[in-house]
Amino acid sequence: MPDQLLFAIEVTLNGLMAGVLYSLVALGFVLIFKASGVFNYAQGVMALFAAMTLVGIQKGQVPFSHLINSILGTDLHYFGWHIPALIAIVLTAGVMVLFAWIVERFVLKHLVNQPDIILFMATIGLTYFMEGFGDLMWGPDLKKLDVGLAQGGSLWIEEHTAFLGGDGFYGFFIDKLDIAATVVAALLVTALIMFSQYTKQGRAMRAVADDHQAALSVGISLRFIWVLVWSVAGFVALVAGIMWGAKSGVQFSLSLIALKALPVLMLGGFTSIPGAIVGGLIIGVGEKLFEFSVGPLIGGATENWFAYVLALLFLVFRPQGLFGEKIIERV
Amino acid sequence: MLYREAGDFKTSYAKDSQTFPIKFDRWGYWVIMVIAFGVVPFIINDYWVSAVLLPFLIYAIAALGLNILSGYCGQISLGTGGFMAVGAYASYKLMTSFPEVPFFFHVIIAGLITAMVGLAFGLPSMRIKGFYLAVATLAAQFFLVWLFNKVGWFYNYSASGQISAPERTMLGYAVTGPYASASAKYLFCLVFVVLLAWIARNLTRGSFGRKWMAIRDMDIAAEIIGVNPLAAKLSAFAVSSFFVGISGALFFSVYLGAVEVGEAFGIQKSFLLLFMVIIGGLGSIFGSFAGAAFLVLMPVLLKNLLVGTLGWPTDLAVHFEFMIVGGLIVAFLIFEPHGLAQLWRLTKEKLRLWPFPH
Repeated sequence: MPDQLLFAIEVTLNGLMAGVLYSLVALGFVLIFKASGVFNYAQGVMALFAAMTLVGIQKGQVPFSHLINSILGTDLHYFGWHIPALIAIVLTAGVMVLFAWIVERFVLKHLVNQPDIILFMATIGLTYFMEGFGDLMWGPDLKKLDVGLAQGGSLWIEEHTAFLGGDGFYGFFIDKLDIAATVVAALLVTALIMFSQYTKQGRAMRAVADDHQAALSVGISLRFIWVLVWSVAGFVALVAGIMWGAKSGVQFSLSLIALKALPVLMLGGFTSIPGAIVGGLIIGVGEKLFEFSVGPLIGGATENWFAYVLALLFLVFRPQGLFGEKIIERV
Repeated sequence: MLYREAGDFKTSYAKDSQTFPIKFDRWGYWVIMVIAFGVVPFIINDYWVSAVLLPFLIYAIAALGLNILSGYCGQISLGTGGFMAVGAYASYKLMTSFPEVPFFFHVIIAGLITAMVGLAFGLPSMRIKGFYLAVATLAAQFFLVWLFNKVGWFYNYSASGQISAPERTMLGYAVTGPYASASAKYLFCLVFVVLLAWIARNLTRGSFGRKWMAIRDMDIAAEIIGVNPLAAKLSAFAVSSFFVGISGALFFSVYLGAVEVGEAFGIQKSFLLLFMVIIGGLGSIFGSFAGAAFLVLMPVLLKNLLVGTLGWPTDLAVHFEFMIVGGLIVAFLIFEPHGLAQLWRLTKEKLRLWPFPH
């Protein structure tokens, strides 16, 4: 095979892996949008906050240490213990449930029956709040997240694919972390589908997503379901935060993955879980291939906007996205 | 007692439909004008102009523009930062290519160019609605910022990739460049603000504004009663982008003097402007000013309070600022979804009856 084609395949494979990560973030959006009609812009900052909390708990960081130190004049930084990754993840999931409860109690409850756009704005406000709050709680510095996932290129794949090309080709370079992310994402999606199909709460969740009022009339507590959905989205954010955080460190830019997930949502449709996954893969492969083939000609760094333009062009022909429910408007 | 309509008889249609139907408001308007033009320029210093007045005036223009699109026509845009960048780069190219043309016209033409770009990015609004459109306008934001970063022609191939405004004068006074005086900059922006606010007020109460509002309230119903949705939406995009473009041009040339596109016109700017419009009040001219004033003043006040008075470290103050802005936005949406403008309206209703409300 010619080398150029092999490189293109390698780029495609890496694009697929990146797409999985986009899908993970998009999944959180879809879950909340389906169940409560809220377009939750805070999903990205939730991932950041979850990752920060995880690192903080793992290292035994004192929350709000900077604030406490500057008010009381003390010099606190660490509790001095180190918590194993698994327990820290469980604790962080607990924090995200608490967060979901607080959001429902103090924000969503008061905004029932408001137009969608007001709810969207509220989540942007929430995003700002969480950005400040997260930094205040755990400090704004770059943190290293290590939960024991393998890192670096996989030698095994490189060795076993090297024969495909000529002398200049050393096999496909694929990050082990990306493979782990793909496996985790597959498990997560399976778990989510099992949960929503086969458990009582999952059925209630789907009922709420279908029709709020009908769900209320058969005795489903809307407020409980909202807390549940936000908790599940918080858990998805935690998983996304772990994957992205392990890849590039935990810092402010992590919250910008929300911006990466938006075109995925547009492409896949706001209401479809398979859409989030397929959309993520299309965007991942599309932007990597575009950067690989056209990028060098026009100055590179096309990844920032290509996904949006692709999704925009796509929407012009199919306004509800790939798998979204058909938009029916009545006067 | 003073704020009442009793005894103020309207004898013509023009008087009946004037912007300020109450005498007290009309007097207030003229007093503000006299102070803004006749008093403020002589008493201000550099700090006040660069920290408060210029950002307020310039953001007010952009907020007016965004309010026309989002508040009056109901098309949520997250690409305002990108359109401001178009205005800035258009004015830069015009200033450097045609130095003999007065700077005033450069700003106007920069606005017109931005309106063209806005039209192009407004086209998808025919097919895409609501959240899908809001996300689609992000395409404009990211694409435009990338474009100005990558294509050397836009920044005249300068080594740093920045653009910096050369000195230009207006009626013999420098308004851009390092030697421009604070008062000249302030007056130059103020003229634009007054002009554009006047245009916005009259557009929104005329047939254009009514069409926009019909589209906002329900586009299908509006189409049935004979509003052309294509024309209405596109005109809203064009007018809005014109305002935003002028604001971007002033932001770059008069206020900052030199900008780096990703830093000055990034996605944060788009959100900031959206917040101004929401906190001020969607669909209100006064609200655009109130929102801009609020979000310009609040960080300055917070910083003075937390860092200056209480002596906290700057980074803590920044985190608190984020939390307070975010918390305020949520609180506003919960308690008063119609923003400061609605509070002002309620106050005026109360004032009319004061001190005998029954």
